[in-house]
Amino acid sequence: MENQMVLAAEGGHNPILPAPAEIIVGFVAFAALLFVLYRYAVPRFEKLYKERSDRIEGGIARAEEAQAEAQRTLEQYKAQLAEARAEAARIRDDARAEGQQILDEMRSQAQEESDRIISQGQAQLAAQRSQVIAELREDLGRQAVDLASKVVGESLEDEARRRGTVDRFLDELDAASAPSTSANS
Amino acid sequence: MGALVLSQGGTFEPPGVDSFFLPPIFGGVTKPIVLVVLSAVIVGAYFLIATRNLKLVPGKGQFVAEYIYDFSRNTIARDQIGAQHFRPFIGLIFGLFTFILVNNLFGIIPLIQFPTMAKIGFPIALFIMVYVVIHTVGFRRHGFLGYFKHVMFPPGVPKPVYILLAPIEFLQKFLFQPVALAIRVFAAMFAGHLILLVFTLGGQYLLLEASALLKPVSIVSFAFAILLTFAEALIQVLQAYIFAVLSANFIGAALAQEH
Repeated sequence: MENQMVLAAEGGHNPILPAPAEIIVGFVAFAALLFVLYRYAVPRFEKLYKERSDRIEGGIARAEEAQAEAQRTLEQYKAQLAEARAEAARIRDDARAEGQQILDEMRSQAQEESDRIISQGQAQLAAQRSQVIAELREDLGRQAVDLASKVVGESLEDEARRRGTVDRFLDELDAASAPSTSANS
Repeated sequence: MGALVLSQGGTFEPPGVDSFFLPPIFGGVTKPIVLVVLSAVIVGAYFLIATRNLKLVPGKGQFVAEYIYDFSRNTIARDQIGAQHFRPFIGLIFGLFTFILVNNLFGIIPLIQFPTMAKIGFPIALFIMVYVVIHTVGFRRHGFLGYFKHVMFPPGVPKPVYILLAPIEFLQKFLFQPVALAIRVFAAMFAGHLILLVFTLGGQYLLLEASALLKPVSIVSFAFAILLTFAEALIQVLQAYIFAVLSANFIGAALAQEH
């Protein structure tokens, strides 16, 4: 019986000779399994992987975005601050310039005013002086003539003579009183 | 196992090749055929159910399924094929790994206890699938003559050496490597199962048939059987991993731009 078994083992069954049925069934079973895996399992897992990486990448992207936003705001604030500073400086400069201008204007106005007053006063003074001189001259002439006519007893009616006399007298008077008037005034 | 009923006369019949040829269950359907179909159903159904409602933050069940997928996808497929081209092959590598793993583990699962890959027909079926994929991908990438050149004339070798190298490379890529792939898992499962049978049946024989003095020795035999079952578990996982890694490696080599 043992011999029979050994013979059967050597003759009937060879372990490295494949049975066609096994190859076919194995192939079909594995192909069917591959179909199921490719159709369902793999896409589902891959979708999950993608979602997961999206989630992580999304988080990173959001953080980066937030940082960029903060950076932008900071830049904006800095720019605004610089602008405000420049504005303030500009206003200060303007005010200073304006003040200077006003000061200059007022100074020149005051100067003008004082010049005007002075010149006016001088003109007035000159006018009064010439008026006084004219009046005095006339007055003095008449009185002198009156006096002379009383002294001489005759009217100096001759116009030409009278003018010449008066003028001569006045010139003499001017010459005589010039030092005394400058000393008096 | 069925063929190895202990003989009435009390002589020990060692398990042999016949242990792998079980009588058909019905018609022409044998136990390995049922098991291989069962394994495909188990793997397919498991991943169908496990992936039905995937969450960004995995629960316990999802974590296990995801871990297996991640292992086949990143550790095996991506590392061997390269991050650029590995995507179309994820399912194949994933399927190979899980399918072979379940079939191998059948060898130590109580009541089933038959590693289907110990029947050479099944590794051959997988080998055909992988073989077709490897070379289809190679021809598609390099062109018909380009692929032969890619395989037979690796760069960086002095010209006269090609007289020797080209045929060797050709046989290596088109025959030895893929055939070895199938034979490796077959032989490992065949031998592992045989060893378990020897210790289990030997222990049984010692317990039932040996003289009273020798009966306690059966304990040693059973202890070895249990110990080797753990070793087998390791080898079965390892063989599934090796088959998947080598398949991925060959695909990667066929796709590679230069050697």
